[in-house]
Order: sequence, then structure tokens, then C-alpha cells
Amino acid sequence: MARVELTRFPLIKSAVKNRWPQLAVLILMLAGYLFAILAGLIGTPVGSHNFSIVFVWIAWWATLILVAVPFFGRGWCAVCPIPLPGEWLQRGAIVAPPDKKPKWLSLRWPRGLRNIWLQNISFLLLALFSSVLLTTPNITGIVLAGMLFAAIGLSTVFERRSFCRYLCPVGGFIGLYSQTAPIELRIKDKQVCVKCEGKPCYNGSADGYGCPWDVFPGGLAKNSYCGLCMECIRTCPHDNIAINLRPFSADLAKPSARMDEAFKAFIMLGSAMVYAGVLLGPWGAMKDAAYSVGTGAWFVYAAVFLAIIFVIMPSLFALCISRFENLTSFKKRFATLSTALIPLGLMFWVAFSLSFVLTNATYIFATLSDPLGLGWNLFRTAEAAWQPMLTSVLAPGQTLALVGGLIWSARTAQKAANEAKTPSIPVLVYCFIATLVMLWLLV
Amino acid sequence: MTRSRLHLLLLIVTGLVMVFAPLPVQLPAPQERTFRVDARQFAYSPSELKVNPGDTVIIQLASADVVHGLYIDGYGISIEADPGQPATLRFVADKPGSFRFRCNITCGAMHPFMIGKLSVGENEWLYRSIGLAILSMIGFFPLSSLVTAKKNEQ
Repeated sequence: MARVELTRFPLIKSAVKNRWPQLAVLILMLAGYLFAILAGLIGTPVGSHNFSIVFVWIAWWATLILVAVPFFGRGWCAVCPIPLPGEWLQRGAIVAPPDKKPKWLSLRWPRGLRNIWLQNISFLLLALFSSVLLTTPNITGIVLAGMLFAAIGLSTVFERRSFCRYLCPVGGFIGLYSQTAPIELRIKDKQVCVKCEGKPCYNGSADGYGCPWDVFPGGLAKNSYCGLCMECIRTCPHDNIAINLRPFSADLAKPSARMDEAFKAFIMLGSAMVYAGVLLGPWGAMKDAAYSVGTGAWFVYAAVFLAIIFVIMPSLFALCISRFENLTSFKKRFATLSTALIPLGLMFWVAFSLSFVLTNATYIFATLSDPLGLGWNLFRTAEAAWQPMLTSVLAPGQTLALVGGLIWSARTAQKAANEAKTPSIPVLVYCFIATLVMLWLLV
Repeated sequence: MTRSRLHLLLLIVTGLVMVFAPLPVQLPAPQERTFRVDARQFAYSPSELKVNPGDTVIIQLASADVVHGLYIDGYGISIEADPGQPATLRFVADKPGSFRFRCNITCGAMHPFMIGKLSVGENEWLYRSIGLAILSMIGFFPLSSLVTAKKNEQ
């Protein structure tokens, strides 16, 4: 399938070039985000009747993992409200032409931290406390507020969207999985960028801001670090930047050889498996341990969680690929071949989320009418009864996702193995075994 | 029809057979099975119940702390029990497979994850899913090489 330039359609082009439509969505999202914080802090402590839990961990999560990431990559980042207040402070404006003079410290992000290790750590921190986070409104409220203040704080110290690029626990995995999405922002003609004076897409101009994600679009080869904020489309004086429709997982044809990204793939794959076992399994002792933060049982749970992600899964993978030595360094082979885990991990999350979301989706109707649990009935749906949805198609849907993910990974493994000049079989065996475990946990 | 399309068609047909073909299973004579299930925040004990298709299942739900419910996915039936007042659910396990049962009365923070498992006979769908995973791996290599060869020709 060839690429189709979406921005050649006038309606899409004008919607992207004009700042107002995106800003309108951002303001709406910011209002929802602030309301989620408020609901978490002052609403009912019963999670299944509180806006912060139901709309963040069921409605938003379902939209993100089942629709936004697989089909739009970093589409969520384009409308995420977290950077908005910090950016306003940083720029001293929201829509007005930027003032070149920095308003705050505007430091460069430290060189040694220009990777996604901090995002790996921030995701794991949330993951270890997820049983409490997903079920306790005030903890969700505090975490949401913490992310907003962290983004504002970093905006006053560092230039551009440092929080989004290097710290956001959600942005890390969206970036990883956005490589599989059938949408991309890319330049049209490299020579135009080479000859372009001033590089306004990166440095900003009277038409817009320099890339908030600290990316030079002329060198963009994958989706991971482009937040689809559309600034470069607004600033490019040569109309040389486009949004394209493309085949799924086009970025994975040229695998990355970075260890931070490789470990992101393991973290996401392992977390999906642990969650499937702990949250959706019938083992009460594991749920108790995951929920009892600070107790001995929780420390055992945390140690096992971290061991699965950082020791067991990577070691088994290393063992699989170590039997076939070649001229490529082991580290490079390890990182390159782990690309195959990206589609597998995404589909593991889809399968896990289907179960969680379809079971609890009906809470959305009740919470819509009574978001704080104060006895309101705004849309006459407050009494909507809890009822799992589509239970008869859940297991087939999960099988389809998991087996589909396995085939997708196999294809990706072949391409990665060609790059690493090594056989793909060991990676396929690894993916196959992981899929069997996930099938056993979920189906 | 090209070889790759023929191969794909063969795989799809085999996959459909794997999903829908009835498995030869010998069912034991139905009997009545009674389980006492203790519920507390946020677990059932026992958390896994195994019966045969056609069995009459009696679940006596006893709650140790707050009001708990027990809803069986797929069957769409439920009961609820107050602390100290066990409740009984009686039904015929006429749908084979593996079903989650879960608390349907909000009982605390981890309520959405208070889950158990009811197995009615063998978990056929799991076996079929594993079969599909094996089939996808067996079929992948020849199909992939045919597709690659075709691309190279083009």
C-alpha cells in the first residue's frame, strides 16, 4: 500500500493549519482533566461511581488503547491537555505569534537524560501502585495533579515540552506503539529541508512555534518522538510537511537499536501479562498483595513484578537469541530483535483492556449523571445498572487480538532479523510462548 | 489463483475448522454439585469452581465482611449475600467453557477485580485458541516466503 497524503485534502489541511480547532479541543480536554482532579479529590471515594476513575481508567483508557494508539499513533498527544498550562507560561501566549525572548530559564534538557529511561521508570512507578491508582479516586486525583504540576514546573526550567518528551509515563508507551500506527507526519522532499534557511519548523517563526518535541522534522524517520502537535505544518514556509496514511507498522521495517526502547517493549509486554494475572485472574492473594501498598506482601509483589520485567523476560529473550552468534554485537541484536515485541505488546494490551473495559463500561452512564457521587441525576442515567457488555464475543475477540498480534510480531521479527543478520526463529518461539501464557491468563 | 492466495485460503479454512468443529468429548452423567463460596474483600474462596456440562450447580455464597455479590459472565445470573446471611444460587451448567464470576455489588476499592472462575467441562476455547496460534506459526513461514518472493518478482 502506498502512502496517501491526507493534508492534500483542503478540509484536513485547513483544520491542521488553523490553530483554533486544536485549541478548542485542548481547552475542552483541560476542563475535563481539571474536573477529573477535582472529582478525585472531593468526589465519592467509591471508585466505580467517581468521574476520575470511570472516565480516566475506563473511558479514556479504552479510547487510548483500543482506538487512538493503534490507529492514530500519537494522536492523543495532539490533544493532551497536560502541556497546555506550562506552554502558556513558557511562551507567554497561546495563539499569538511567539516572542523569541525566553520567559523562563529555557535550559536544554540534560544530554545524559535524552532517552526514555525516565519514562520507563515513571511508568513502572505508576504500574507498581496501579491497583491503588486504578481504584482509589483521591490517588488518581493526586497523580493527575502531580503530572500537571510536573509539566508546568519543567516548562519553567527546560525549553519545549520536556515533560512530554522525557518524563510522561503515558507518552513513553504511546511513542513505542505509535510506530505501528497507519498514520505519520513526514516531510515531502528532503532537498527542500536541506536548502531551507532558518529551519522555522525547528526554530519557530511568525507563523508558529519551533517544534515543541525538540525534533527536526527533516530528520524524522519514525513516529516515536513526534507528538503530532502540527506546529511544523504551520511554520513550514515551503508546504513541505504532510500527514500521511501508510501501511500499519511501517516504522518497524527499520528497527531501532536503542536499549531504552528495547526495555520499554519488555516493560509493556511484562506489565500486560502481570496485570492479566493479578487483576483479571481468580487469585485473591495476588490482588491483596498488589493492593496492600507498603506491606511485606506488596514488597514481594513489587519484587516479582520487577524481576519479571527486568530479569526473567529479557533473560529468556537473550537466551533465545544468544544461540545464533554473528558479526553484529549482542547488544545491538538484542535491541533490534526486541522490535518484534512491539506489535505483540500492543495486542496484549488490547486483549487485556477488552476484558477490563467491556466489563466495566456501563459505569460510564451512571457516572455521567452523577460524576462526584453526590446523588445527582443530570442525564437521568444515574440509576443505570452495572452489566458486563458483549461477554459472548469477549474470548473470541481476545483470541483474535492475541493470535493476530503473534502473526504481526512474526512478520516484524523477520524484518528485524534481516537487519540483525540472524535467524528469526528464536524470536518467534519467544513470542509464541508469551502468547500461550497470555491466552491461558485471559481466555 | 496464485500460490500465495491458495495457501492463505487453505489456512483460513483450516482455522475455521479449528474454531467451529465439534470436539469429540465424552460427557459424564449430570449430577448435582454444591459449593460453599466464602466472599471477603476482594476474593472468593474457593476462587475456581469446576463442574461438568449439564450438572446442576448450587452455590452457597457467604460473606465475611460487607455485602458481596456473585455474577456469572456468560450465564448472566447473580446472587448477593449480606454478612452472616448466606444466599443460594441454583442453575444448570448448560453452557460449556470457562467463565469469570465477579462481585456485582460495589464492595470497596478493588471491587472491579474481585473475580473467580467457573469451568464447565474443558476450556475448549483455550484449546482452539492454542490451535490457532500453532496454525498461524505453521502457516506463517510458507506464506511469508511466498509473499516475499512475489514482492521480489515485482
